[in-house]
Amino acid sequence: MANEFAVEMQDVLKQFITPEGGVLAAVNHVTMQIKDGEFFSLLGPSGCGKTTSLRMIAGFELPTDGKIFIRGKEMSQVPAFQRPVNTVFQQYALFPHMTVEQNIGFGLEMKGVLRAERSKRVSEALEMVRLPGMEMRKPKQLSGGQQQRIALARALINKPEVLLLDEPLGALDLKLRKEMQLELKTLQREVGITFIYVTHDQEEALTMSDRIAVMSKGLALQIGLPEEIYERPANKFVADFIGETNFLDGVVRGQNGATVEIDLPGSGTVHVESSRTFANGQPVSVAVRPEKLSLNTEVKDGNNLKGRVEEVIYIGTDTHYGVRFAGSHKARVREQNVTQGHKEIAKTGDEATVSFTRTSPRILTE
Amino acid sequence: MLKFFRGKKGSQLFGLLGPGALWMLLFFNLPILIVLFISFVERGRAGGIKLPPEYTLGNYAQFFNACTSQFSGPACDSFLYLGIFGSSVRIGFIVTLWCIVLGYPLAYFISRQKQIWRDALMILVIIPFWTNFLVRTYALKQVLATEGLLNSFLMNLNLINQPLDLLFNEFAVVVGLIYGYLPFAILPMYASIEKFDHTLMEAAADLGAPPWRSFLRVMLPMTMPGVVAALVLVFVPVVGAFITPDIMGGGKVEMIGTLINRQFGVARNWPFGSAMSLILMLLVLIGVIYYFRSSTEETRRAM
Repeated sequence: MANEFAVEMQDVLKQFITPEGGVLAAVNHVTMQIKDGEFFSLLGPSGCGKTTSLRMIAGFELPTDGKIFIRGKEMSQVPAFQRPVNTVFQQYALFPHMTVEQNIGFGLEMKGVLRAERSKRVSEALEMVRLPGMEMRKPKQLSGGQQQRIALARALINKPEVLLLDEPLGALDLKLRKEMQLELKTLQREVGITFIYVTHDQEEALTMSDRIAVMSKGLALQIGLPEEIYERPANKFVADFIGETNFLDGVVRGQNGATVEIDLPGSGTVHVESSRTFANGQPVSVAVRPEKLSLNTEVKDGNNLKGRVEEVIYIGTDTHYGVRFAGSHKARVREQNVTQGHKEIAKTGDEATVSFTRTSPRILTE
Repeated sequence: MLKFFRGKKGSQLFGLLGPGALWMLLFFNLPILIVLFISFVERGRAGGIKLPPEYTLGNYAQFFNACTSQFSGPACDSFLYLGIFGSSVRIGFIVTLWCIVLGYPLAYFISRQKQIWRDALMILVIIPFWTNFLVRTYALKQVLATEGLLNSFLMNLNLINQPLDLLFNEFAVVVGLIYGYLPFAILPMYASIEKFDHTLMEAAADLGAPPWRSFLRVMLPMTMPGVVAALVLVFVPVVGAFITPDIMGGGKVEMIGTLINRQFGVARNWPFGSAMSLILMLLVLIGVIYYFRSSTEETRRAM
């Protein structure tokens, strides 16, 4: 297969037998290509198939059907110990009975690298993860963040074709997690190894990834750049899972070139730019991010919907306004607090206008 | 330990420790002192001990050199008892090894089942304990006997022409002991293996270790406390066993346990029996010390 891909999954299916005796497709005919040197994230809620996909690339699970290529070589049925990939496990899986040096040197030991060479490379690896001189410690004597780095060093010392990371930051506290996110990203650029990163944290995925695959119920719903995923979600699930989205359900009333006229029953009519063609009477959802809405600042040639403010929530950087329109539609408006103090544009119970440009929303049909 | 006692009320201490301590004192420490005493005195003419007691080291000497006995004839074998002791230790090692080799994979298999199956299988392992040891051993004897189940089965299949000599030899004793002590090996190994985090085997495979190397470098060292516990729990009682060699060996297989048993029975030589008991106990003590040295702090706490 094409050699430019570090990993390629072709129509991969993984079925499990459920305790009730049914068959569950944890990964349901997924196809994706991960480019060489890429920081690629598998993002989705628990049970979406992201970890199973990673485990199939690692070789811990074998696909029921379909093919997995690593660097162009088919590896679908190759056992884990013969694959040129290494994994950073969720709970690190450091060997508790071995020292840090033995842990990090384990991969080299298996390859038959001699002790002297091994210990030299282990201390280099420890430098890389900024934990020099820790050779003789046992994993238990290290903090969570340190164990995390040892796990990283243990995997990277083998210079794998691909590094697989299974929610490696999940067990760390928020501040340390943010630090490690940046560190991982920097490290990945330095070593130039392809990273495949499993996470359920959309912010983490957006921060770190070159590309993201959003998964749900065993399907890869959308694969793209972080910006594409955020700005042009393919469907309601992606729009809802990544960030926050207002969904205004309506019916297409007409299309004039790129402008689509959509009736939101009871709340008014909106005009949205789209490159796609819609049929008259087609039910659609107008998806628009809270930060792309403004309150009581009318947009010329845009959409201005009248409603009533139901709640005002001050969260420091922003103030959120919950607005209900005459129909059953609701929207959340996010106004940044640019100036000192709480800029209250409207109070609970006030009449207010919610405005957005014609290019801000996405029209979603599924 | 001392820290634990400090600050406890006297009545609380006595209430908790008193009954057990009293029991051990009366029925464990005192008898051992009596055995110790008897091992250093001359035997009485009709059994028991000579009164008033005459102190001697002869009972211990007899163990190390059988010819020092007043009853030994001119054709005596100096190493008679040491030889029996040696073969007991040898049988102990063979049985322990088989129990571990058979028990480890079984314990591993059980630990990898779903919770409900694990419980069910462990109950199956424990069930033999609900039957009297003697009854079980006699049952096994029926299986191995000349006209027993196994021989009849093999004869009916025409695999053999005449019954095999399966009973009343060392083979029968070893089979009987393995049968009796296998659960003692499975239980502690299961406890260790069940706690073992299987992700570590994935991590080893991920780092390029083939299954057998993952086992030797990761799983075996981490479950070693269970193996050592199994070793001690099987080896110690097997070396001193006397019922199984008696029944399965039919008096033809001598072990240190049967020898001691005889001294308190037909041979009526309590002092010599006591001396051998204490020598055996010393061996047990060495085994236990080895166990506590080998097992790590945390596993000991968990067990």
